Amino acid sequence: MLGFILRRLLIIIPMALLVVSVTWILIRAAPGSFYSEERALPPAIEANIREKYGLDKPFYQQYMMMLGNVLKGDFGDSLRYQEQSVNEIIARHLPYSATIGALAYLLALFVGLTAGIIAALRQNSAFDYGSMAFAMLGLSVPNFVLGPILVIVFSLWLFWLPPARWGGISNLIMPVFTLAAIYMAYIARLTRAGMLEVMRSDYIRTARAKGLDEKTVLLKHGLRGGIVPVVSFTGPALASLLAGTVVVEKVFAIPGLGNIFIQSVLNRDEPLTLGIVAFLSILIMIFNLAVDISYGFLDPRIRYE
Amino acid sequence: MNNNGTILSVNDLRTYFQTEDGIVKAVDGITFTLEKGETLGIVGESGSGKSVTNLSVMRLIPEPPGKIVAGDIIFNGIDVRALSIDQVRKIRGKRMAMIFQDPMTSLNPFLKISTQLMEVTRLHLGHSKQEAYQHAIKMLETVGIPDAESRVDGYPHEFSGGMRQRVMIAMALSCDPELLIADEPTTALDVTIQAQILELIKDLKARMGTSVILITHDLGVVAGMTDKIIVMYAGKVFEQAPTRELFRTPANPYTKGLLRSVPDPAHEQGKELYQIPGLPPDVAHLPPGCPFAERCERAEDICRREFPPFVQINADHHSLCHFADEVYAESVREAESAALPVNRDTE
Amino acid sequence: MTKELACPKCAVSIKVDPDGPRLKVCSHCGATLMIDKTGDEPRLVLDESGVYERSSGELVAGASLWKDAWKRLLKNKLAVFGMVVLAIMLVAVIIGPAIIRMATGFTPDYIPSDIDGGARVKSFPPSLQHPMGTDDQGRDMLARVLQGGRISLMVGIISTLVSLIVGVSWGAVAGYVGGRVDNVMMRIVDIIYAIPYILIVIVLLSVFGGPNTPAIITTMSDAIGGAGNQGLSQIFLLFFALGLVSWLTMARVVRGQILSLKNQEFVLAAKATGVSTFGIIFRHLVPNALGPVIVYATLTVPSVMLTEAFLSFLGLGVQAPYASWGSLAADGIKNIQIFPWQLIFPGVTMALTLFSLNFLGDGLRDALDPQTRKF
Repeated sequence: MLGFILRRLLIIIPMALLVVSVTWILIRAAPGSFYSEERALPPAIEANIREKYGLDKPFYQQYMMMLGNVLKGDFGDSLRYQEQSVNEIIARHLPYSATIGALAYLLALFVGLTAGIIAALRQNSAFDYGSMAFAMLGLSVPNFVLGPILVIVFSLWLFWLPPARWGGISNLIMPVFTLAAIYMAYIARLTRAGMLEVMRSDYIRTARAKGLDEKTVLLKHGLRGGIVPVVSFTGPALASLLAGTVVVEKVFAIPGLGNIFIQSVLNRDEPLTLGIVAFLSILIMIFNLAVDISYGFLDPRIRYE
Repeated sequence: MNNNGTILSVNDLRTYFQTEDGIVKAVDGITFTLEKGETLGIVGESGSGKSVTNLSVMRLIPEPPGKIVAGDIIFNGIDVRALSIDQVRKIRGKRMAMIFQDPMTSLNPFLKISTQLMEVTRLHLGHSKQEAYQHAIKMLETVGIPDAESRVDGYPHEFSGGMRQRVMIAMALSCDPELLIADEPTTALDVTIQAQILELIKDLKARMGTSVILITHDLGVVAGMTDKIIVMYAGKVFEQAPTRELFRTPANPYTKGLLRSVPDPAHEQGKELYQIPGLPPDVAHLPPGCPFAERCERAEDICRREFPPFVQINADHHSLCHFADEVYAESVREAESAALPVNRDTE
Repeated sequence: MTKELACPKCAVSIKVDPDGPRLKVCSHCGATLMIDKTGDEPRLVLDESGVYERSSGELVAGASLWKDAWKRLLKNKLAVFGMVVLAIMLVAVIIGPAIIRMATGFTPDYIPSDIDGGARVKSFPPSLQHPMGTDDQGRDMLARVLQGGRISLMVGIISTLVSLIVGVSWGAVAGYVGGRVDNVMMRIVDIIYAIPYILIVIVLLSVFGGPNTPAIITTMSDAIGGAGNQGLSQIFLLFFALGLVSWLTMARVVRGQILSLKNQEFVLAAKATGVSTFGIIFRHLVPNALGPVIVYATLTVPSVMLTEAFLSFLGLGVQAPYASWGSLAADGIKNIQIFPWQLIFPGVTMALTLFSLNFLGDGLRDALDPQTRKF
C-alpha cells in the first residue's frame, strides 16, 4: 500500500511535466504573443525583453529552460503583473478560490449524499420526487443564471446577504451555494442510483433474510457499494470545479485564482498560465490518487501493491 | 419421519407480480405442509415459482412489483402474513433461515465474514461481541471450514465458491433455526462440490433437527435427501407425493418427463438422453388449458381447452392432470412389469 | 450429424446439431445455450446476452432489443415530455424566426426606429407585440431567443457528434488493441483531463481562427449560412473546439464496454473468419456497445450547451451579431435589476431544453439498461 502511494506520487512529477509541456506547446502554437497585441513596443525595447525572457533562443533551448525552471518550482515573473512572481500571485489569490471550492465541495457532498440516500430509501415518495426534481433543476440551470438570481432575491429584495465581495461568513453563503448547486445535484442523483442498484443485489436479500432492520441493511450493507460511483465522480468534479469558480468569482466579485487564470490565458501571460496549470494538474492528480486510495478502503477486493 | 407436529403449512398461496407484460402469477394456489424434522423438496424448471414460494414464506418478496395476494402461511402456529414487518424480522434469521443459489453474490463483498456472521447472533441471541465472535468461529468449524480461527476475519472474495456456500450455511444455522430453506444451494457450484454441500446439509439437519425445504431444478439432488416432493410448473403444483412414491409411480406426464431426463449412472453409452420438448411457458400469458399441454406427449384436446383437476391418487399423492389416474396406472404397471427394485430410492 | 454435449450449467448432456440452430435451451435447467464452434470441437456455452430468440434461436438483437427499449421509453412519462419539448423547440427555432418576420416584421437584429419615441429606454417588458419583451436596443427578444436557439442546439448536436466520433474511436481502439497502446492512449486522456479545458478551447480558437480555419469547418459553415460568412465559420470552429474537449469521458465509457466485450465468442468467431481489426472494432464491437454510448451522448448534449453558455458568459463564445441562449443570458445579467426579462426568457428557454434533454437521457438509460429491467 505504502509502496503504491509512493510510486503514484513519483509518477505525478513526470505527468505534471508532460501537462506543462503540452500547455507550453499549446501556448506557443497559438499565433501572437503577449507583446503582439495592443502593447506593441519599440523594436529596441522588445529585443531587450526578448533577451531577458530568452525568447531569442531556439525553441528547444527555450523549452529546456522552461522545464528546468519548472522543476525548480520557479515559474519566473508574470508578464502582466510586473515585478510579481507567479508563485506570489498564486499564493495571494488561491486562498479565496480554495475556501469557496472546499466549502462548496463539502456542502455538495453532505447535501448530495443525504438527499440521495433518503430518496433511495423512500423510493417513489414525495421526498424522492421532490429532491430529484430539484436535482434536475440544479443540472439544468447554468450557475451564471443561478448566481444573479440569488443576488436579486437575497440581496436586493430581502436585504439578507451582501451581494458581492470578500468579507465575513455572510459573504460566502451565496457563492458557495452557487458553486455547489450542480455538484449537489450530481451527487444526489449518483447516490440514489447507486443505492437503488445495490439494494437489488443478492447480498442485500441475504441481509434482509437475516432479520436485520431496513436501516441496518441500508447503512451497513448497502452504503459502501452504493457510494462507489460517487467516489469516482469526486475526481473529475474537482477539475470542473475550477470552471465553476471562474463564474462565481466573476458574479460575486471575488479576487480568486479562476479569473486570474482566464486573464492570463487571454493576455498570453505565459509564465502565469504555466504556473497555474502546473499547480492545478498536480492538485488534480493528488486528488485522483486520494480517490484511488479511498476505493481501497471502501472495497476490500481492491488491493494495491 | 417423526411426526411431532407441523412446522409450516402453506395454504392456497398466491403471489403475483405486476410487470410490463401484465400480471404474472408466479405462484398461483400452492398448498403444502411440512412436519417437524422433515425435508421437503420443491422441484421445477426456472420460472416455475419455486423460489417465489419460499421468498413468500420469508416475506422477502420485493413489493412492489410483487405481492402476496391470497393464502395462509402458518409457521409454528404463527400466521406469517398477519405479522407486521418488525415481527417478521424477529423470525427471519432466527427461527427460519435461508441459503441462496449463488454464494458468489449472496455474501456482502465489502464486509468481513466475521462481521456478517456476528451480526445475526448479536441481533437474535443478544450475544456480546466476544460471544458472537467465538460463536462465528464455532459455526465455521461446524460447516467444515479448515483453519476457521484465522479465516473468520477474511473477506468473501478470499473464499472459493464451495467455501462461500459453507459460510452461507453457517450464517443460516447460527441461531439454530427450526426451518431452513435452501434455494438451489448447489446449482452454482462445481459437480464435485455439489455432493459435499448436500452431504453437509443432510448431516447438519440430522444433528440439529432442523426442518428443511430444498429447492432445486434437479430431481437427482432431491432423491436421497427428501421425505416428500412437490413438482411445480408455471406457478402450480403439478404433483405432490412422498419421495419414494414419486420416483416409483409418478402420476403426471411432466414428472415422468423430468424423471426420464435425469442422467442415470447406468445410462447406456450412445443412447440418447431424453429431453422434454419445447420451453416453459410465458407465465404472463398462460393458455386457458393445461400450461404443460403444448409440451406434453399425451395431451389431448381437453388439455388445451380446460384447466386440469388436482386429482388425489391416495392420501399423500396428488397430481394436476386430466389423465392422472391413467398415468398412475401406467407407472404402476411399468414398475411391476420391470419388477424394479426401485433403484433410485436410497432409503 | 448430432452430438451429445454437456450443459455448462447443470452438466446434463444434450443432443445438439452443430450445423443446426445456434441456440439451444437446456431442457433440464432451462439455461439458454449457444453452440460455440470456434474451437476444434463444438461445445456449449451459456448465452447471457439475451440477443437470441429462445424458441427459434434466431438473432434478434437488431429488432426486438431496440423495439423493447423504445416501448419502455414511451412508457416513461418524463422522457416523453422531454422528447415532445425538444421536438417543439426544434421546430420553433427552425421555422419560428420566419413566421415572426411574416407576422410582425421583426427579425432578430431589426431595430425599430419608432420604438424609441424620444425616450432613452428601448427595452420594454413583454407585451402582445413582443411576447418576450425587447432588449437594450429595442430588438424583439422572441425572435432573438429563437435565433439563439439555432446556435445553441447546433452546439449541442455538432459538438456532441465531434466528441462521439473522437471518443468512440479512441476508446474502441484503446480497449481492443490493449496492452501498451491502451496504456499510452489512456495516459493521454489523463493528461488532457488535467489541462483546464478553457485553455484548450482558447488555444484551438486562436490557432485555427480567421484564415487558418480548416476547410472542413468552412465547408460546413458555407453549406449552412452561405459562402464566405466569416462570423459563422468562427462559430462552427467553436462547435468543433467544444467537441474536442468533451470526448474524454466518452472514450473511457467505450473502452470499458469494449474490454468487457472483446473476449466474447462472437469476436473470436469474427477473427477466425478473417475479419480485419478495423472491421471487428467498428462493425462487431462498437454496435454492441451502442446502448451506453447513446445514453452518454444524450447527456453530453446538455453539458456542451452549458459549456458554450459559460464561454459566452465569459465573452469567449458566440460573438455579436450572432447570439446563443448563453450569450443572450450573459447580456441579460448586466441589466437583471432593471430589465429582468432579458435574462429570464433566454435563461428559462435554455433551462427547459436542458431539463428535457436530461429527462430524455435518464429515460434512455432506463430503457436500454437491462439492470433496471427486473420486473
